[in-house]
Amino acid sequence: MNVLHMRLKTPDDLDKLRDDIRQKQEKDKSFLAVCGGTGCSSSGSEKVREVFQQYLNRHNLKKKTTLKFTGCLGLCERGPVVIIFPQGIFYQKVQESDVEEIIEKTFLKGEIIERLLYQDPVNGEKFIYADDIPFLKKQKRILLGNNWLMEPTSIEDYISLGGYQSVVKALTKMTPPEVIAEIKKARLRGRGGAGFPSGIKWQECYDAVSKQKYFICNADEGDPGAFMDRSLLEGNPHSVLEGLIIGGYATGASEGIIYVRSEYPTAVKNVKTAIAQAENLGLLGENILGTGFHFKISVSTGAGAFVSGETTALVAAVEGRLGEPRQKPPHLVERGLWGKPTVINNVETLANVPYIISYGAENFLRLGTEKSGGTKIFSLVGKVNNTGLVEVPLGMTLREIIFDIGGGIKNGKKFKAVQTGGPSGGCLPVSLLDSPTDFEKLNSAGSMMGSGGMIVMDEETCMVDIARYFLRFLEDESCGRCFSCREGISRMLEIVEDITRGKGSVEQLELLKELANVVKDSSLCGLGQTAANPVLATIRYFEDEYFAHILEKRCPAGVCRDLIRFSINEELCQGCDLCLKKCPGEAIRGEKRQPHTILGDKCTKCGICLETCKYNAVVKI
Amino acid sequence: MINLTLNGMEIKVEKRTTLLEAAKFYGIEIPALCYDEALSPYGACRLCLVEIGTGNHSRLVSSCTYPARDGLIVRTHTERVIKARKLLLELYLATCPSSRTIQDMASKHGVTTVRFKQKNEECILCGLCVRMCAEQMQGKAIGFVNRGIKRRITAPFAKKSEECRLCGGCMYICPACQARCQGPQEENPVCNACLNLSPPCLDYFQEAMCYMDPCVACELGTGRKAKFTY
Amino acid sequence: MEERTRTDLENLKKPNGSSVVSLLQEVQEKYNYLPEEILREIAKERDIPLIDIYSVATFYKAFSLAPKGKHKIVTCSGTACHVRGSEKVAREISRVLGIEPGYTTKDGLYSLENVNCLGACALAPLVVVDGKYHGNVTPAKALELFKMYTVHEKEEKEEAGCRCATAKELAK
Repeated sequence: MNVLHMRLKTPDDLDKLRDDIRQKQEKDKSFLAVCGGTGCSSSGSEKVREVFQQYLNRHNLKKKTTLKFTGCLGLCERGPVVIIFPQGIFYQKVQESDVEEIIEKTFLKGEIIERLLYQDPVNGEKFIYADDIPFLKKQKRILLGNNWLMEPTSIEDYISLGGYQSVVKALTKMTPPEVIAEIKKARLRGRGGAGFPSGIKWQECYDAVSKQKYFICNADEGDPGAFMDRSLLEGNPHSVLEGLIIGGYATGASEGIIYVRSEYPTAVKNVKTAIAQAENLGLLGENILGTGFHFKISVSTGAGAFVSGETTALVAAVEGRLGEPRQKPPHLVERGLWGKPTVINNVETLANVPYIISYGAENFLRLGTEKSGGTKIFSLVGKVNNTGLVEVPLGMTLREIIFDIGGGIKNGKKFKAVQTGGPSGGCLPVSLLDSPTDFEKLNSAGSMMGSGGMIVMDEETCMVDIARYFLRFLEDESCGRCFSCREGISRMLEIVEDITRGKGSVEQLELLKELANVVKDSSLCGLGQTAANPVLATIRYFEDEYFAHILEKRCPAGVCRDLIRFSINEELCQGCDLCLKKCPGEAIRGEKRQPHTILGDKCTKCGICLETCKYNAVVKI
Repeated sequence: MINLTLNGMEIKVEKRTTLLEAAKFYGIEIPALCYDEALSPYGACRLCLVEIGTGNHSRLVSSCTYPARDGLIVRTHTERVIKARKLLLELYLATCPSSRTIQDMASKHGVTTVRFKQKNEECILCGLCVRMCAEQMQGKAIGFVNRGIKRRITAPFAKKSEECRLCGGCMYICPACQARCQGPQEENPVCNACLNLSPPCLDYFQEAMCYMDPCVACELGTGRKAKFTY
Repeated sequence: MEERTRTDLENLKKPNGSSVVSLLQEVQEKYNYLPEEILREIAKERDIPLIDIYSVATFYKAFSLAPKGKHKIVTCSGTACHVRGSEKVAREISRVLGIEPGYTTKDGLYSLENVNCLGACALAPLVVVDGKYHGNVTPAKALELFKMYTVHEKEEKEEAGCRCATAKELAK
């Protein structure tokens, strides 16, 4: 049975197809899931999969099991990850050489291979089953959960897991206003940044009078430190399509556009494949499942501009013009893509829609907080032990996410701050660790939800440097149209750079605050209006670090290049010559077996000596 | 017609009127560098900011691009607006001090110090020339290139454009190079010199006899330093 | 050249007039950069003001107006990479190649680019060489990695009978 040659004409056809697939898959209930997410791929999971495939072929095990190259499983730090079903045995950091052992021992005999098990970074406890691992146990994976059960580009897998059920339900049992009412009731808020209630957006578009309306899925994930949209599109593209179809039905749009950034080639490929599959089956296109609803989806790739994620700029970019934001009003429901009413929703927002329609708003609400329902995917990265994607109910505290799921700070260092909301957000200090992560709390703390990047920082991260980092990012990514944003960011950067060089003054810090507030007030689009947040938030919580740079000319975290220097502790130095050989600036002098010294004027402060020294003799002052 | 409140007045304006046009019509002066009646509004200079809404929900918008809407409450000279405008003018002075237009505007708004490092840009990227070329001269010879801080106005590939007819429209409308300030050559970027002029007619009459702003005589350099400075 | 340009343009013409961005994406895909004469041709053929094409070409980061090197090195400077020390890594690579991000070495072998986030933040800091992701890079590791590539390049070159200056310098 090749589903690509079928065409489903009624909802019953889909049910029948699902039963057929399930029946077929029943007999090979056991399968091996090799994570094919970006993280695992770069640690070599593709090779691992190849070796698995070869081994299974060679030993005629193909009938006993299926090999699935899945989307991102979330625990990217421990890649490549392999899970053996139906038991759910979780192996991490699997190398090509481990494949034979896994099949022979675990798969055929059920024995556990100790060294491949996940070990808790804090207490050293080992876990066998995926569901027991604290990283996964505390999560609520309604969006990412299917990732490890299916191949991203297999529509059979998706349908057998209950895919496209919600489209059937919406199209056959609900009217567009009912769908919108359900979304409103679920209090679904945009997951892309601002957190605008999606139901209201949909309602406005539904109310707009026009023959042609558009529904755009914003997959121009530009926030540095966030990659959940990438994982959703790469790992489960059909769920996004499903959300988009329902959105189109509810708002009266007949055309959907997915705007993906060009940095995600696999996402583009998988989405295109998924669209072709859905079209072939009659789940997209003319008269979907015989319900009389027409909807087509196309993919538009971005050309690399962070500001294009702003809704009005995104429309301009899809139209192929300069991706510059414009003044709102007119809003997009009045004048959107090609002048027609348009709704833009983020990838994750749309991926939530099938769940809400299938399981109802009550179940969705039960997951979140009072004001906003559901889960949120965070990309937990930075100086934390378990980096990766985590999906948790809205309202979970930062402490639970960072310490329980994330396993605490790397190398036993002290937690300093967590950055949320990308370049529009801010850094939250220890005192806010117990505050829940929802839209309101993060906003009132001077940060924001943003798209869900959560960058953990330890005592070796300089907060002034972080402010400098974001300003540099924004200086580059601003479109440059408004003077307040273009020149304002550049001048803020000028002041912050002076501070990191030890050339700042208290007056300049005051000027920085004044300027930050004006930039926030007077810029045209969201990028400019939030550009000052990283500065204001770091000043708000870490003013002492600014003062250390200004008054004492000292960088407490040891990051700012002009305020640190490297030196060698003569008592510890064994004169092994390792650092001398590695030093790219030829700044280290000394006879063999004699203590070495670093010549300050030649030192490029790259830190290679510190990294290579085996005796901890190199110190940063 | 659209009904809205402007500085406490209930006013009526035509559809498609912008807030800047409405304010102008009612005699309220709002400064702007990138606005020209004959060209499409652009919203880049941010000097024409006005405050809309009230209470916690009020915000600043550029009046040249914001359309008048029913029930809108607009205030053109609130503390928040003035503060932002003054700081922006200070930034303009720090970036492009040789523009006479900017110097005049800064003086008029009481900007007397510059706390930022001095740059000497020739262009403030207001885009008047780009729109002049495209909209009035049908030229499309120049435009914006790059983005962010690297944004510039130039012809394609930074070569002489085939479309350019050397009409000079771009130079005519430029607020930065059309009237270059001869003013401060020293360290201090603020001269306030233009403020110190007074119409020569005051020598003969007790009141100024014309209402030209700026005074033509002063413009020609025949005006004299005033006896009273402001 | 003339002939080739013309046929390319024929291929680029789409029934319902594709946008400037997608046109440029196709050109970039084909030539690996945006050659000036092709852009001029497109402007003429499709009656789009050249300045509009030029503006778009310089606005988006995916486009390049200069030819790219044989190997493309991309350093990521996302927030996650930054807190884990990507700046030091980028500086080292920049120093070894002798070029700033956005440029290509004189011998046309390496192009260096800096991207604001590649979306593989769990592996920070990240360096991508010719599409291959290398995670958890440190300045020392970057040098090792780079040596590996240059030695490979050198072997290739020596077979072809010429020597690569960068490789020679690094091999000492």
